[in-house]
Amino acid sequence: MLPALTQLLIFQLAGEVLARGLGLPVPGPVLGMLLLFVALLVRGGPGDSLQGTSQTLLQHLSLLFVPAGTGIMVHLHRVADEWLPLLLALLVSTLATLVVTAGVMKLCQPATPGEAKP
Amino acid sequence: MNADLGQIWVYLSASPLLGLTVTLLAYQGAFWIYQRSGAHPLANPVLIAVFVLVLFLTLTATSYETYFAGAQFVHFLLGPATVALAIPLYTQFRRVRAMLLPVLAGLLAGSLTAIASAVLVARLFDASPSTQLSLAPKSVTTPIAMGIAERIGGIPSLTAVLVIVTGILGAVGARTVFDAMRVRDPAIRGFAIGVASHGIGTARAFQVNEQSGAFAALAMGLNGALTALLVPVMANWLVGLG
Repeated sequence: MLPALTQLLIFQLAGEVLARGLGLPVPGPVLGMLLLFVALLVRGGPGDSLQGTSQTLLQHLSLLFVPAGTGIMVHLHRVADEWLPLLLALLVSTLATLVVTAGVMKLCQPATPGEAKP
Repeated sequence: MNADLGQIWVYLSASPLLGLTVTLLAYQGAFWIYQRSGAHPLANPVLIAVFVLVLFLTLTATSYETYFAGAQFVHFLLGPATVALAIPLYTQFRRVRAMLLPVLAGLLAGSLTAIASAVLVARLFDASPSTQLSLAPKSVTTPIAMGIAERIGGIPSLTAVLVIVTGILGAVGARTVFDAMRVRDPAIRGFAIGVASHGIGTARAFQVNEQSGAFAALAMGLNGALTALLVPVMANWLVGLG
């Protein structure tokens, strides 16, 4: 657990350093994810410890959004003033994004859609 | 007795312990409800937890800053969790490679749709320019979206909230949308939910299906990077500032 968490932090740190050092628009943790992905390809997979720790962390991914979401209380005024455009923009846009992404992917899908080959 | 309780409250409300504890309590309660509902999308755990916390903080007249001093320890884990998404991505790599064309086409179409439709609808209904700019990066994960909002002149903390609401909307609505479209491939369902509603959608996808989760994680990472490139170019043009 501890070595795995350390590894994740090291990759995040490397991503952060790279993003800022090179002035890339991509945030550090995303670069860290790409770096770890490349490392996994080279190394041939995560060990048991990294696998387990990541699973625990990702199982409760929704918890990690709660503090930022609670920030809505700071913006209650603006939300109250502009609730209609905000609500419509979010509803329409989220729906449109789901439909367009899934629709385009379905169109571009190779001939045998559906099941993954093992 | 009452004075003692008051003193304890004064101490607790100034320490990070309370913010952290109530966050975990609210989430576990919300997650219990979510499970009891048979993982019904409307019983989204983030939605319930946020609602309970806002109610609690308002009733106890606790400021968000004070609360966040404790909750930041949870918030911080978003970074390592994002890095950890590399593991399901690796596990599903073969399937991803086989679907490279649909993945890239879906990503580009979805990313453009997410940005443009949000700004244009807000503009149509006379939202202020700063609100429109704060909406532009709403489909990507919180840390990325806040960074983008800051760069283009939006309000980062407002963007954080819009990101969360977008995530919840996607997590709540995706199943109905995909079923209506007859999209059954868990890879496509996962990827589309990841493009539209980032980590919250990804969390929901993982709870439903491992492959959906991996594709959602991939979509979230790719869309984060693409949106960071697209929004600065598109934003001012869309908002119509010139």
